Amino acid sequence: MKGDINEQALLKGLASNETKAIETLYKDNFGMVQTYILQNNGSYDDARDIFQEAMIALYEKAQSDSFVLTCQIKTYVYSICRRLWLKRLQQMGRYSQPVDNLEETVGVEEEIEDHEKRNAAFAIMDRAMGSLGEPCKSLLEGYYIQKKDMQQLAEMFGYTNADNAKNQKYKCLMRLKKLFFSQYNIGE
Amino acid sequence: MNMDDILLQEAIERYLTNQMPEAERAYFDQLRTNTPEIDQLVVEHAMFQHEMDFYSQRRNFTAQLHHAHANLLQQGKIQDGTEVSTGGKLIQIFHKYKRVTAIAAAVGGFIAMVISGLVVYFSPVNQNQLVQLSKDIEVIKRNQQYQGSLLNEVKSKIPENAKLISGGTGFLLDTHGYLLTNAHVLKGSGAVVINSKGEEFNADILHIDNLRDLAVLKINDSEYNAPRALPYSIRKSKIDLGEEIFTLGYPRNDIVYGEGYLSSRTGFNSDSLTYQLQISANPGNSGGPVFNSQGEIVGVLSTRQAQSEGIAFAVKSGYIYTMLADTKAEKISGMEKIKLNQKSSLRGVDRKDQITRIENCVFFVKAYSK
Repeated sequence: MKGDINEQALLKGLASNETKAIETLYKDNFGMVQTYILQNNGSYDDARDIFQEAMIALYEKAQSDSFVLTCQIKTYVYSICRRLWLKRLQQMGRYSQPVDNLEETVGVEEEIEDHEKRNAAFAIMDRAMGSLGEPCKSLLEGYYIQKKDMQQLAEMFGYTNADNAKNQKYKCLMRLKKLFFSQYNIGE
Repeated sequence: MNMDDILLQEAIERYLTNQMPEAERAYFDQLRTNTPEIDQLVVEHAMFQHEMDFYSQRRNFTAQLHHAHANLLQQGKIQDGTEVSTGGKLIQIFHKYKRVTAIAAAVGGFIAMVISGLVVYFSPVNQNQLVQLSKDIEVIKRNQQYQGSLLNEVKSKIPENAKLISGGTGFLLDTHGYLLTNAHVLKGSGAVVINSKGEEFNADILHIDNLRDLAVLKINDSEYNAPRALPYSIRKSKIDLGEEIFTLGYPRNDIVYGEGYLSSRTGFNSDSLTYQLQISANPGNSGGPVFNSQGEIVGVLSTRQAQSEGIAFAVKSGYIYTMLADTKAEKISGMEKIKLNQKSSLRGVDRKDQITRIENCVFFVKAYSK
């Protein structure tokens, strides 16, 4: 089954971070996942975590040009959430007989595997960032995540000019790269 | 640090993000071909940049998701267990309205708790190895005089002939002005609490639990505007080793933020009442809330180890529940009305925003005796 035009547009919107597309996808799919998780020993917070993780998986897949969804978004999200949740239950040693809604599912083993690889990559950078300390962490977050320019960062962090901020950013970046590569190489 | 290194790094970044003019780019390509070391640096940075782009994209998207969740929740388009959906239109509207006001209230609720840190109390417990983190008046007499003069300006609510004895930090337990602090902070007959804006309120000492080193105050002041909702919840279960934590408190007149991690599941001499934390804590931090990254209160900062820098202990938050259950059983009046917030609205919220919302609920507690 090929995703219809409407769904293609939603995925395009998702890939380019459009709030409207994100909220539509959220609204249309969250309830279904929540019901499933609550029926299977999960809490409201679990439902939210799992659903958001599936949204991240979908988002990151939608980023690639070659991505074509071969089923409905709903089916895809549900299948991912179901796999993620069963895995989590297993890890917690709470593997009881899972209940399924009568939702259609598709095989998502490969997706889950890719997603876990990306999680690992994310965790490496996140740990490196986390062990940087201040002001480096905020400075680099300002530059790479909030995409502020050097002038804005100089003002935010009280450096007398953009050059001083640049020097500081350089020092921080070197430290971050060192932390990052020490982890990354182990992971190879 | 070498200036050239910085220039080179900057050039690599511009090169990789296609911000180089053509001529410079051609020159840089040439440089890469001729200098393997530089080529190596470029390759390495390209890889790093790729990982960083991915990292930053995911972080920004996660923030968008949290935003979408909060938005849809507020519009009543999704539910998350805080309220039961009845589907009635009027009730939906009411829920929507309730949520909006709850958010407004959370912002407003900031005000009540700031008073506790002034007077530092050095009490040598356990053969001087532990230092309680309230402030002792003798130690900081000068400070107190300064404080005194400040307070006079704003007409302090401490009775005129009363002596300031100790101070620490306290935080709101619910929306009716009940505050929690350490028992050792409250040495005296009365207390005032000051919020992070410097507004002072009278408070009654309701209950002191010396066993758990916890105490409950109630703000009793007509000028006090209670928040309609608290942003944080209090965690019942234990947290894990290494979990990131942060605290807000009053080691001086202004509210101070500190962060660290849980370093042991037990406290001093394997005391099971407390956690050991790696965090910088100072006199005045006593009674301060310890939060995990989700914005749940996981402990109450109480003591630190005298000889080692950065080691502090916090009473586990589960004991707040135990204490309240005990007071209920003993029918201690005034305590039965306390209702703890069950849901943190600080999950996934940026740390700075978490602090802005919590700040309102953390008070400077000053105890005095007449």
